[in-house]
Amino acid sequence: MNAALNIVLNVLETIGRYVRESMEHIGFAARSFLTLLRLSPGAFARPSLISEQIHFIGNYSLVIIIVSGLFVGMVLGLQGYITLTPYGAEQKLGQVVALSLVRELGPVVTALLFAGRAGTSLTAQIGLMKAGEQLSAMEMMAINPIQRVLAPRFWAGVIAMPVLATIFSAVGVMGGYLVGVQLIGVDEGAFWSQMQANVDVQKDILNGVLKSFIFGIAVTFTALFQGYHAQPTPEDVSRATTRTVVIASLLVWALDFVLTALMFNN
Amino acid sequence: MGGSGCGKTTVLRLIGGQLRPQQGQVTVNGEVVHKLNTAGLYRMRRKMGMLFQFGALFTDLTVFENVAFPLREHTNLPNELIRDLVLLKLNAVGLRNAAKLKPSEISGGMARRVAVARAVALDPELIMYDEPFAGLDPISMGVTANLIRTLNDVLGSTSILVSHDVHECFAIADYVYFMSAGKIVAQGTPEELRVSDDPYVKQFVNAAPDGPVPFHYPGKTLADDLGLGALK
Repeated sequence: MNAALNIVLNVLETIGRYVRESMEHIGFAARSFLTLLRLSPGAFARPSLISEQIHFIGNYSLVIIIVSGLFVGMVLGLQGYITLTPYGAEQKLGQVVALSLVRELGPVVTALLFAGRAGTSLTAQIGLMKAGEQLSAMEMMAINPIQRVLAPRFWAGVIAMPVLATIFSAVGVMGGYLVGVQLIGVDEGAFWSQMQANVDVQKDILNGVLKSFIFGIAVTFTALFQGYHAQPTPEDVSRATTRTVVIASLLVWALDFVLTALMFNN
Repeated sequence: MGGSGCGKTTVLRLIGGQLRPQQGQVTVNGEVVHKLNTAGLYRMRRKMGMLFQFGALFTDLTVFENVAFPLREHTNLPNELIRDLVLLKLNAVGLRNAAKLKPSEISGGMARRVAVARAVALDPELIMYDEPFAGLDPISMGVTANLIRTLNDVLGSTSILVSHDVHECFAIADYVYFMSAGKIVAQGTPEELRVSDDPYVKQFVNAAPDGPVPFHYPGKTLADDLGLGALK
């Protein structure tokens, strides 16, 4: 009887410890996020730091965003045509491609690619700066590394994400056009007019941009947080890089569900 | 001075406010470091310079920009003046002509000298050196030691140097503290310590493998590990 009770108590203790540690971790991340926001005005006082990082982060991701956007659009054009043709609705192809891209695929796939490309790079960069005592050196120079290093990168990521998502969607539409209109032969006028008539600027495009802005906050903060709090060893910096991709991707999916429910639920 | 892991770097980090003491207090220039708020701590650090063990140069910046970094962050000096100041600092460490190189393009000894130039960029009142001689060849070591002493005298600052290199430290230090296991075990001028009878100092100065600092990490005996406990 006592042995069974002990097992139950051990299980409860393990669950309790796990929940407590998780709550502590979430609380710590929330506090770090608030600190980052509190110190952000200092970064905005020197916009060159942010624009430098936008250029850096944007360049990192631009090629992969354009290539992926093109292929996703081409696949959408092909799949959309195959799905719509039995119903005689292939003229709706432009609308299907555009709505799929601006509402969902543009923001979500861009965020996932961004996490894999620029996010990992940010984590490794910050982690290695910490391992090389560069952040400690900055602190000893009376310079706050959160304000000088993290905040410009954070806002650069937040600003770059909607721009990259917009590029992804625009290139994707062109991919859908190439396959649907140029290769398969869907009527060009129908393709563009259906898109123009059924894609709403506020409901579809702006909501998509808003989504990518929120994904930008989640992904960039995750990348910076993981890098800044990594142990200064090669093993932990590499683990932090992996954690960035896993956590950021899960956050993007979870946020996407919540945002879609809030934005597009009639 | 003291062996690896005796707490030398910890002392520097306590002085710089990067660590909070679990007990006791560290006072710098009349101010208790761990009681300062962030603004106070940063105000105090502006009077300090610190050289990290491997330089901690910013790898994405050139040698010039590394030295200019604290000047750009803390002053509103025009670019021309910053340029002149940086070149003077780099000239003092003999690396004016390496200004355009990246940290990856210079040797470890040169990186250490650039870090010294950066640490003294704002003419601090207190300069802390964490193992400035670690991993340097004899020439670089001698150059760095002379540089530390000369800069200290020219700037009229206080220097705290953490090292386990007896020869270089005794050559440039005014006063030496020996640490072991987090405590000061001996102190004095280099001349006093050279003739000291303290067993720890003698072991350290003569580089003896065994003594107050045991050769073996404390724990079970070899006989215990080999299952020969009865024979010990």
